[in-house]
Amino acid sequence: MTDETTPSDATKRTGPTDHTEAPGQATSPASERTRATTTSRRLFIAGTAGAAGVGALLTRSALADAGPVEAAHTTHQGATRAAWISGPSTGATDAPPAIGAHAHGGGINGATFREGATVDHAANGFNPSETLRDFDWGTTSTRPDGRTLREWEVVARDQEIEVAPGVTFPGWTFNGRVPGPTLRCREGDRLRIRFVNASAHPHTMHFHGIHPAQMDGIPMVGRGTIAPGEDFVYEFDAEPFGLHLYHCHVGPLAEHIARGMYGTFIIDPARSRPKADEMVMVQHGWNTTFDGQGNQLYAVNGIPFHYMNEPIRVKRGELVRIYLVNVLEYDPINSFHVHGNFFDYYPTGTRLEPSEYTDTIVQGQGQRGICELRFPHPGRYMFHAHKTEFADLGWMGFFEVVD
Amino acid sequence: MSRPALAPRTHRAALAAVVVAIVAVGIAGLAALAAVLLPTRTGPPVEQLVVERTVLTAGTIELTVRNTGPDPVTIAQAAVNDSFVSFAGGQAPVGRLATTTLTISYPWQEGLPYAVSLLTSTGAVIEHEIPVAVATPEATPASLARIAALGAMIGIAPVLLGMSCLPLLRRASAATSRVLMAFTVGLLAFLAVDATLEGFELGAGAGGAFGGPVLFVLGAVVALLALAVLQRVLPSGSGGGRLALLVAIGIGLHNLGEGLAVGSALSVGELALGASLVIGFALHNTTEGIAVVAPLTGRSIGVTTFVGLGLIAGAPAAVGTVLGAMVSTVPQATFLIGLGAGAIVQVVILLLPSLRDRARGAVDGPVIGGIAAGVVVMYLTSLLVTA
Repeated sequence: MTDETTPSDATKRTGPTDHTEAPGQATSPASERTRATTTSRRLFIAGTAGAAGVGALLTRSALADAGPVEAAHTTHQGATRAAWISGPSTGATDAPPAIGAHAHGGGINGATFREGATVDHAANGFNPSETLRDFDWGTTSTRPDGRTLREWEVVARDQEIEVAPGVTFPGWTFNGRVPGPTLRCREGDRLRIRFVNASAHPHTMHFHGIHPAQMDGIPMVGRGTIAPGEDFVYEFDAEPFGLHLYHCHVGPLAEHIARGMYGTFIIDPARSRPKADEMVMVQHGWNTTFDGQGNQLYAVNGIPFHYMNEPIRVKRGELVRIYLVNVLEYDPINSFHVHGNFFDYYPTGTRLEPSEYTDTIVQGQGQRGICELRFPHPGRYMFHAHKTEFADLGWMGFFEVVD
Repeated sequence: MSRPALAPRTHRAALAAVVVAIVAVGIAGLAALAAVLLPTRTGPPVEQLVVERTVLTAGTIELTVRNTGPDPVTIAQAAVNDSFVSFAGGQAPVGRLATTTLTISYPWQEGLPYAVSLLTSTGAVIEHEIPVAVATPEATPASLARIAALGAMIGIAPVLLGMSCLPLLRRASAATSRVLMAFTVGLLAFLAVDATLEGFELGAGAGGAFGGPVLFVLGAVVALLALAVLQRVLPSGSGGGRLALLVAIGIGLHNLGEGLAVGSALSVGELALGASLVIGFALHNTTEGIAVVAPLTGRSIGVTTFVGLGLIAGAPAAVGTVLGAMVSTVPQATFLIGLGAGAIVQVVILLLPSLRDRARGAVDGPVIGGIAAGVVVMYLTSLLVTA
């Protein structure tokens, strides 16, 4: 923030509404605004050649080529552009032409990827619309003592993921998806998770829950790190009931998590919760520059803006249960807000009584909780981080309530 | 020695061929060795983009982006002030030195700063800052005329005013006119140094693909050589007519660069316009007019010649202002400012002999004082100009 052309210059000038400060300069780590920022392990130089002007003729032709333009907006084009030298322009605040009107968002309609582009889910190997309600109960058998033995195999891999349309990220995954599989069991089950490391890097599976130290999945305790090509069986009892998570715990810890090595771990209470349309939402980010200074992309369940393009369909009046987990790295908090509704919130899901009736909750790193709600009205309702910067960088979606 | 006359020439040619062959084989060998020993690239692709132009129109930010790095760059997504935006253009990878134009839909507001982040296909972020958003002037005949008028007011008019000192200069003695020439040399020297500093500063921000500051040096050398050639080609008339023309051309090239700076500052809203700007430039550039006519004290000239010299020295400012406001990029501006600086240096070289006292063959005190006065006056008048 040492650039001589930033706030000081901006504050000298006053816009049409006589700004005495430069709004937008209060920034979080993620929005660092340096003139020439190298925010990558990759060598690049931030482009900041001084901007010389160019004929607006170019702009006009570019706009004309830019595809569909909503009729409502065309009247604003050009008509309100202020002549140079004649004082502050008023035209800039008018509604912009919508580029690629088929997409949601754009201009004043809000954040979006370019022209509503989407990622290749098939190439990624997972689709957030499917992982949303995908609960992996493992394979069960009954032990001689009558208890249920529940077993899974989880494989760590190195995997290129298209985290935003056209942007590939060298991810590390559990079972080829981000977030990893939602492992679900019942209170009192005996759990056996065979972890196979098919990645080129050492990893572990560290579960939140109550278990012996040697099953904690951290370096230098018990088996410690699982080297590439090796495997290990984590075995412990399912306790306490609630909404938990698991993640890799190898150093550098933040990177091992942020690369994609996390998942949801649900222990159902012995007496089941009421029947509901259940879904998992794991809040996280993608630090594509690997600078450890915030994230370039924010999402639930892997792909930013995914549920904007493919809204989550729920039935009017039906109980909806969201298992909400925050594993965001590099930013201290995350939040969840739902439009047009309120929800009962069960922090960590370890009690059967809600602690709060609200429409917005904040979660720190590793925090999680269950949200229960019913939509009384049909239509589209947004949900997003109420840390709106995260929302604008991908963490937003829609519920589509149908009869 | 056995074959005289022809032999040395053939020998030289043969020797040259052998040397060239040895060097070629050597380079080929090195290349082969490097291909075996060294990997093609250690690490991921090097991604460099420079935004060469920013055009702001209602609800739209248009960026012309050039790839100044060695590897192709694919712009996948863009964000403005940490919010992803829809944009058109730039779908294909941008090759080395190629450009692409991104048309971003964003409701920007006048007077506020914006940071545009381009997210590449590899996840790298390239940021471009718009310090203050100002609607880019449109290329309508009316606005072009106004920009050109501004250029004329700060370029042509002051030079002609300065040249109108000619009758006064004519009545001066030989010693006085020498001091006057010294004054001219001083102010031109200041301009050369000023332009050099500006050129290097500008070049440093050019992004590197075209060399940055090297472009300035290139421009300066080209101007220096071109004026040297011109000096030989022009007929050597009596009474300093040729010298005056060369000085006018040199100052004209300088004013082209100055106009560019004014024009581009204008287009990004960094120029405080109005009377104070015009007065500042008038005082600054009036002294340039004196430099043009200083060689003409011993000779009478017609009105056409007078106005012609004034236009040669001043009109490029108007051209430069229009170019700067409408089309110029940083590398172009750096080169043109280099042209101006080189031209000024050449003019100083031309004027130096006239500073010498013919009788004594040395530079006297008043002449040195004149040079110093020229530098100081130019410095003081430059304080009045903000661009």
